[in-house]
Amino acid sequence: MSLDLAFTAHVGALDLRVDVTVGDEIVAILGPNGAGKTSLLRAIAGLGAIDTGRIAVDGTVLDDPAAGIFVAAADRPIGMVFQEYLLFPFLTARDNVAFPLRSRGINRRDARGQADEWLARVGLADQADAKPHELSGGQAQRVALARAIVADPRVLLLDEPLAALDAQARADIRRDLRRHLAGAAGARLVVTHDAVDASVLADRVVILEAGRIVQQGPMQDIALHPRSSYVADLVGLNLYRGTADDGAVRLEGGGIIVVADHDGRGDVYVSVHPRAVALHLDEPHGSARNHWPGTVVEVDELGDRVRVRIEGAVPIVAEVTRDAAHELALAPGHTVVASVKATEVTVYPA
Amino acid sequence: MLAAIAALLFALPLLGLLQRAGWSSLWEDLSTPAARDALRLSLECSLWSTALSVVLGVPLAWVLARGEFPGRALLRALVLLPMVLPPVVGGVALLYAFGRSNGLVGPWLYDTFGLQLTFSKTGVVLAETFVAMPFLVLTVEGGLRAIDGRYEDAASTLGAGRWTTFRRVTLRFLAPSLAAGAALAWARALGEFGATITFAGNIAGRTQTTPLAVYLLLETQPTAAVALSLVLLAVSVVVLVALRDRWFGIRR
Repeated sequence: MSLDLAFTAHVGALDLRVDVTVGDEIVAILGPNGAGKTSLLRAIAGLGAIDTGRIAVDGTVLDDPAAGIFVAAADRPIGMVFQEYLLFPFLTARDNVAFPLRSRGINRRDARGQADEWLARVGLADQADAKPHELSGGQAQRVALARAIVADPRVLLLDEPLAALDAQARADIRRDLRRHLAGAAGARLVVTHDAVDASVLADRVVILEAGRIVQQGPMQDIALHPRSSYVADLVGLNLYRGTADDGAVRLEGGGIIVVADHDGRGDVYVSVHPRAVALHLDEPHGSARNHWPGTVVEVDELGDRVRVRIEGAVPIVAEVTRDAAHELALAPGHTVVASVKATEVTVYPA
Repeated sequence: MLAAIAALLFALPLLGLLQRAGWSSLWEDLSTPAARDALRLSLECSLWSTALSVVLGVPLAWVLARGEFPGRALLRALVLLPMVLPPVVGGVALLYAFGRSNGLVGPWLYDTFGLQLTFSKTGVVLAETFVAMPFLVLTVEGGLRAIDGRYEDAASTLGAGRWTTFRRVTLRFLAPSLAAGAALAWARALGEFGATITFAGNIAGRTQTTPLAVYLLLETQPTAAVALSLVLLAVSVVVLVALRDRWFGIRR
């Protein structure tokens, strides 16, 4: 099983360029709003045109403008779960799931029988006669999933499957979805803008920014070594880019970070976890090799922790306890000194 | 004050009609052969006209709502023209298009198919459709534009081709607009006067529809004319009530 994507497409102002192969696995497409995630799914599904390149499933070309090939959406071996699910409001859950079977010429009785089996599999046997407006968000999502899978597609696309749900229900539904996705076959692509969704749902993550794939791999690797400020923000790391030379990294934006690694040379990324940053009111005298004075611009309380954003020669986010924040009376406008031990700084080639 | 005058302008004629109604002889008045023929003919022709409006008007509304081609605005103007055109002018225009001897295509229709539209029941249907179909087209076009196209996208990813998507998804979303458009077109066809009398004439039992009969009977049997008028009024009220959610529900 392989879904081969190598194409360019213009969608409004967006210039989408992707080159990626998805095997028999669950891949998350993670990126900010407007990155082209939905446009990517629409192109794969045959709902949007591509300009150059091709889309192929197991060697069968679905889209190749240069060769004049375009397989209509209805004829592609692809199932899709849309944002907000788009269950047909005038059909029961059963008939929604039976829809793709009926479209393919299967008689009503058999289609409904198979639909019932799928509803049972996603735990909704007792909701078969319910209309979409009678279902909860999580139930609607499972009906949409069953509807997308019932005709046995080789590629399954999910567009923000958790975005329409409230935060409370999300965690449970995410776990269920992971289970159902793991139980399905073929290439499974999940679009999301949530790093947690991506790491829970997918085996591999592809980061899409402004129409380009900027990074891909397992979520743990991406989180450890982000290659863009978007990914760093997503996983909550401070990220800098600069030039390494004998234990010091000269940053692009000015400032120097002392690192423990003396071997790195040339262009590197430097990341610092906010928890590794200590804050002081005066220049500290201790073992930490990095001290950067700056001004507090934002203080966010997150439970018993406080995230403090500091602007200065080296802009940085620190995470301290609430008690510490109160003791230092941290507030926007105050001057502080941030310190980081060289051993807490991660360096990796750019 | 001016608003009150305006309200009276609408209320007084209604009261006038109702107070002249011979309620006791209503059934008799409606049972005379002339009245019954007119009512039957009206019902038959207006239903045919509504059916024709649906069959031809839905594709036209589709083209106007979804098509992209030069001259679309012009086409819409052409379709809507009968709504503002004096019906008698419409009748004259129909005459010079479909008239058997002096029409644009009328002689050809007659020579080739033996089809005579003027002074025939078919002519009544044509005249009624001419004035009624725009109401259906306008309503259905609005309905089509209001449909969330993503549902049609969803249907196509679920294996539904264009026709299946139209039949099983678009049409289902369109049903309320289609019903409203058909009701409006039917009401308009039922009340058609000017185009019908000009194009199809006023032949009792063949082209004399209820509005034509009302006009004629007003001279000789005013109570019968009022009785038929009440029937048309009742139909209008029923259509109005049926469509109330559509028109009056918006502000709620």
